[in-house]
Amino acid sequence: MGHLTIVEEKFIFTPEAKKKILILLGVGVFLFVVGLWLATRGGHQDHAEGHSQVATQQLVASIDVAAASDTHAEGEHHETAGWLKRLYTTLWMNNIYFVGLGIIGLFFVAIQYAAQAGWSSGLKRIPLAMGHWLPFAFGLTLVLWFVTNHDIFHWTHSSLYGEYVDEAKTQPNPDYDHIIDGKAPYFFWPGEAGGFPIFYIARMVIFFGMWYWFFTMIKKNMMAEDLEADTKYWFKNRSISAWFLVFFAVSSSVAAWDWVMSIDTHWFSTMFGWYVFASWWVTALAMITLIVVYLKDAGYLKVVNANHLHDLGKFVFAFSIFWTYIWFSQFLLIYYANIPEETVYFIERMTTSPYSWIFFTNLILNFVLPFLLLMTRDAKRHLSMLKVVCPIVIVGHWFDFYNMVTPGVMKNDGGLGLLEIGTAFIFLAAFLWITLNSLSKMPLFGKNHPLLEESLHHHI
Amino acid sequence: MDADKHFVVGIFNDEDVLLDGIRKVRSSGVKIQEVYSPFPVHGIDEALGYKKSRLPIAAFMFGMTGTSLALLMQIWMLGYDWPMIIGGKNFASLPPFIPVTFELTVLLSALGMVGTFMIVSDMKPYKWPRQFDIRSTDDMHVMAIDLAANGGKSKDELKRLLSDSGAVEVNEKSFE
Repeated sequence: MGHLTIVEEKFIFTPEAKKKILILLGVGVFLFVVGLWLATRGGHQDHAEGHSQVATQQLVASIDVAAASDTHAEGEHHETAGWLKRLYTTLWMNNIYFVGLGIIGLFFVAIQYAAQAGWSSGLKRIPLAMGHWLPFAFGLTLVLWFVTNHDIFHWTHSSLYGEYVDEAKTQPNPDYDHIIDGKAPYFFWPGEAGGFPIFYIARMVIFFGMWYWFFTMIKKNMMAEDLEADTKYWFKNRSISAWFLVFFAVSSSVAAWDWVMSIDTHWFSTMFGWYVFASWWVTALAMITLIVVYLKDAGYLKVVNANHLHDLGKFVFAFSIFWTYIWFSQFLLIYYANIPEETVYFIERMTTSPYSWIFFTNLILNFVLPFLLLMTRDAKRHLSMLKVVCPIVIVGHWFDFYNMVTPGVMKNDGGLGLLEIGTAFIFLAAFLWITLNSLSKMPLFGKNHPLLEESLHHHI
Repeated sequence: MDADKHFVVGIFNDEDVLLDGIRKVRSSGVKIQEVYSPFPVHGIDEALGYKKSRLPIAAFMFGMTGTSLALLMQIWMLGYDWPMIIGGKNFASLPPFIPVTFELTVLLSALGMVGTFMIVSDMKPYKWPRQFDIRSTDDMHVMAIDLAANGGKSKDELKRLLSDSGAVEVNEKSFE
């Protein structure tokens, strides 16, 4: 172990690897097109205007008194076709899921610096490469938000605000929603409620802007360290990371409220920021581990051995349990308190078709399987078991995000078919392309990292 | 000669020397009774050829016992013995049982592991541990070789082997 001479490695993004990703993209596009075609002419959507819509509204109205006003609000606006709504939903859901993979790449690197961790010195470039998704995620989030806002975010409808229609305050606004109106400053400050959501968009831009700025700073220092063996870069990155972590602690929570929780505008959960973070974090840990495993398989990363894999495996194992802990903490309180405006969230997901099976599959894929499969020491140290568990976790949390976003938008007209799978494939192919491409443009590990030697002697 | 009574004891003052010494002693066919260290030495299990511990299996079994006991207890108490209406839920409903189940799983697996470890390591309350050299609690590594399991070597040969393997001091120790 200790006698290994450090040879600088460079990942080569081979034509075969590119071909595989392009095939994934091709399959994704094919599934997407077929899925979209099926959705536009699918029988399911035919009664979207008919009885199923009515049933939804009755269901919602009977559970959530405030939501009854949805019926009016929707009626006044142009009703988007069911297939288009479904398309928007899956685009937004996949985008938020992959935003997580990108930002957690940076978060992982920052955690390692701030904790002065030595063990991870040899594999930090993989999460760093994942961070290159951030600018694309920024563009996608902004564009998708402006395209989809009225269909996904109920609170963007201007008719919900203003108690009276006229100046003299004699005619009450039939669409007025007292609860959403109370939350209006959170979206529209300093502008007028129902106008352009200045505060909301500003947060989106500032978060992505700051995340990307921190990313470029940390990357710049890592690259400079490759050229000049000086510990000052490590110290600089440590303090940048500490500031980033403070910023991320707040921004990740607020981002989760903004981009996911505000879909169910009436509902709120104080755990939600943590919940989305936990889901993002464990997904990205599984993705980092999987990329490391495949790089090892391809003969790269001589500086990473079973001990480092063991640590990554422990991360996936532990944070699968952490996610479950957060999931359960949110569920138990709402279950026990039994307040209608809170339980509606779980009724929509747990006992409503077509989300019920996803709700329970979510728990099996993200808790039961990782917990049992990764429990032993050997399972975490061997490539073969990690190759089974990491994809399970990655797919499992895709379902998790599906169920966070879709029921709130589609009510019980949601679908999980070729369209959704195809979109996920397209996003995955794009994400992998960006990640591997940027990984091939830098050394696979920092040969001047001050803690690399410590990492080589890592033994657990 | 009686087994487990008379020992040759090598004192080492460096863990790298100790690890090399262990390999050298074992490769010459001599069985090492035990090595005592003041701090954990990485790689010593492999050097001593220890088999993988089965403690995790015991922990899992104890944990499952805790899970089952906790669930049975709560289902029996709140479902059958003394049903109570809490928040309008079913008498025996799973979600509120989870925290107690979790705690009992952790408690039983932890206590079970500690108990198993103490029994396996021969640490009983009435038993005073044998001390080969008191410095193993301070700054020295202590390697004990049972004279009855010496791989056909005499006492003097064993002493020489220990000195050659890097021991700074070689003693004899007998227990009644």
